[in-house]
Amino acid sequence: MNSILMMRSLILTALCVLSSAHAQLVVRGDLVHTMVDGQEPIRKGVVVCGADGTIVAVGKQGSVDIPAGAEVVEAKVVTPGIIDARSTVGLSGLLNLPRHDQEQSDHSGPVQPELRAFDAYNGRDPLVEWLRGLGVTTVHTGHAPGVLVAGQTMVVKTDVESIVSEEDMLRPMAMVAVTLGKSDGGGQVAGAPGTRAKSVAVLRSELVKARERIRKLENAKEGKEPAADLKLDTLAAVLRKESPLMIEAHRHQDITGALRLQKEFAFELVLVGASEAYLLLDEIKAAGCPVLVHPTMARPFGDRRNMTFGLAAKLAEAGIPFAFQSGYEPYVPKTRVVLFEAGAAAAHGLSPRNALAACTIRAAEILGLDGMIGSLEPGKHADLAMFSGDPLETVTRCSGVVIDGKVRSSESR
Amino acid sequence: MNRLFLHGLTLLVTAATADCADLRAFVGAKLLPIASPTIEDGVLLIRDGRIEGIGAREDLEVPAAAEVIDVSGKVIMPGLICTHSHIGEVSGGDSSGPIQPEVRALDSIDVRHSSFEKARAGGLTLVNIMPGSGHLLSGQTIYLKLRDGNRVEDLAVRCPDGGMAGGIKMANGTNSIRDKGPFPGTRGKAVALVREQFLKAQAYQSKKEKGGEDFERNLALEAMVEVLDGRRVVHHHTHRHDDILTVLRLKDEFGFKVVLHHVSEAWKVADEIAESGVACSLILLDSPGGKPEARDIAWKNGAELERRGVPTAIHTDDPINDSRWFLRSAALAVRAGMSREAALAALTLEGARMLDLGDETGSLEVGKAADFAILSGDPLSIYTRVLETWVEGNQVFDLADPEDQLWAEGGLGAGEARAATGCCFSR
Repeated sequence: MNSILMMRSLILTALCVLSSAHAQLVVRGDLVHTMVDGQEPIRKGVVVCGADGTIVAVGKQGSVDIPAGAEVVEAKVVTPGIIDARSTVGLSGLLNLPRHDQEQSDHSGPVQPELRAFDAYNGRDPLVEWLRGLGVTTVHTGHAPGVLVAGQTMVVKTDVESIVSEEDMLRPMAMVAVTLGKSDGGGQVAGAPGTRAKSVAVLRSELVKARERIRKLENAKEGKEPAADLKLDTLAAVLRKESPLMIEAHRHQDITGALRLQKEFAFELVLVGASEAYLLLDEIKAAGCPVLVHPTMARPFGDRRNMTFGLAAKLAEAGIPFAFQSGYEPYVPKTRVVLFEAGAAAAHGLSPRNALAACTIRAAEILGLDGMIGSLEPGKHADLAMFSGDPLETVTRCSGVVIDGKVRSSESR
Repeated sequence: MNRLFLHGLTLLVTAATADCADLRAFVGAKLLPIASPTIEDGVLLIRDGRIEGIGAREDLEVPAAAEVIDVSGKVIMPGLICTHSHIGEVSGGDSSGPIQPEVRALDSIDVRHSSFEKARAGGLTLVNIMPGSGHLLSGQTIYLKLRDGNRVEDLAVRCPDGGMAGGIKMANGTNSIRDKGPFPGTRGKAVALVREQFLKAQAYQSKKEKGGEDFERNLALEAMVEVLDGRRVVHHHTHRHDDILTVLRLKDEFGFKVVLHHVSEAWKVADEIAESGVACSLILLDSPGGKPEARDIAWKNGAELERRGVPTAIHTDDPINDSRWFLRSAALAVRAGMSREAALAALTLEGARMLDLGDETGSLEVGKAADFAILSGDPLSIYTRVLETWVEGNQVFDLADPEDQLWAEGGLGAGEARAATGCCFSR
């Protein structure tokens, strides 16, 4: 998988080199949070972006060569581009009008892993631009929670307005979105299971079928391969660990259900939401799965009723990898902003450093993209967010955004 | 003027000696009185539920009889006031019609509901609880002090005549338009229905003044007359620029007192709002949209209104914004250019004024109710926590208390509608 990523990165790099007519960009910051583990923020730091859209050098001002003719941008505080580890933007649009800009869940059936995120993604929806203007450079977005198996997700930069080819995304198929229990976004799904137990039974049946499918594919004689099956082939990819199954589960019994499924079918599990994870820290840690924690300021209703603002701090303390997500919002705010959720968690026991990491490098790691994004290091994509002060403070403005070495927003917001 | 004020205060303090049992001095905090400049190292003196003195530590002597509470390093500001909240599982009019002035929110509110505890945990001391925006007029709102109490009557703010204080909730735009009658299907029809109702109320008003044998009480029109008399403020939900101007037009025609609520496109018609002299109560959201008429909502509304001198408050619309994050809304307004002073006033004194309670609460001033919040730091910092909330001299929230902490932060049991008091629950 990593080699595939590397290849894509090389292709991207090659493409950027071919199209590089713009000047090199240099970003100077009073404080540069590289988010490289073990590295303190750099006072009077500088990031040099290459013409190919990657980072060439990071260091203290004066100790790094500044290329002649480079465009220089100044900022108080510089961070890696913010990563939203689970969103629905681009599918659930600003206006919230069904049949117009709401593509995040199809209600014709409860198990639809074959729905691809990029077939629905609208990179020109104003909410994508909204997030970009606030420092978010990468979103893991796609089908919403609320349907048992809602569809696939993808990872894309927030300056991509149209998906023309696979190269427009960091990951065309990132994960498959599953929900156990109840969650916003489901609506009335035809044929949806009526109880928790039935939901798990339906999901297990499908995974058993996918397992059988793999066996058939492996045993098929050449030229006699079975016809494509979009649904089962997607689930087979999950069982072959090509993509994680991300299971949104909030109540503790649903979280244990997810862990049980993972044990039975040995897929890569990413827990999502996990409102009551504080009751199962040992079990989650033992399972080795990361958590895309619910937005700190999510409304504590339904399955989230026992959520706590302090969950991220508890996960950090337990040593469980986690990242922040904006999640899915059925009404207002139509999208949340992970940096705000990180700030709110920092007000409830999470260290500011861990809070910032959970929407940069930790998010990149969980998405399997830390070789490309998430920290400011030579060779990684030149994705940067600039701020007027502490990025976690509500009053701080995002003063600029750079994606792949290009200034994509310079309006102070 | 300040010196004179403090001198008078000292006299007042020394003169009052009789019953000191309920005399408390909060010493050492940074005081944000809102109506006067910040006091870096202050003393807040309260007695019998009222503020008896406020001043710098070196200027204000703490009476020997006072219980001294050390609040060094903390910040005290007036209790937060939300002019637009839906806590307590409030309901209003039903689906029988678009205009239901006889319906009282107070008849539906569960004052023991956990949303009240969460509001106290957010530093709130006074709320205007309103029915929803799905009607042109969904009923009478009620102003509640967040005292501990079992009945809505225990929390109610009282009018001079002893009645429970409140306004009336109106709405325009898409929320109150429906596909089927008797609800209006268009904006034009909505306004026609509202005007008809006001004309009826005017007729009822003059009939009532004449009195006589044949005068029959009508609860709906009675409430409307209170609106016409200015005794009941219209709290008007409105988003789009043209809907905002529609409210101003109706106000000019019928002369009611009105506060504009949400006012998403205030920045587009800020001059017209300023000219009309009405007050605005804003909502601030982390992103725009959610419906077409909120497409252009902007954090800069606060700054634009402040620049034009429009009285401006901020509200939670709880559960749209959880009361526990109320301070954050002011920080978003400041992010987009509103002054710190105006933003903090928008959480407190401006809201009190919009509920006609500006003389009673909303600032730390001698004689006002001892309604305040003790914070760990700057109210506009995300890292700041509400440590305690006091209403009329009584502590109603204490973060150090494990049960209060549960309401403040969440956790197992926080999802219950009421505090669990049975034998089988342990937290």
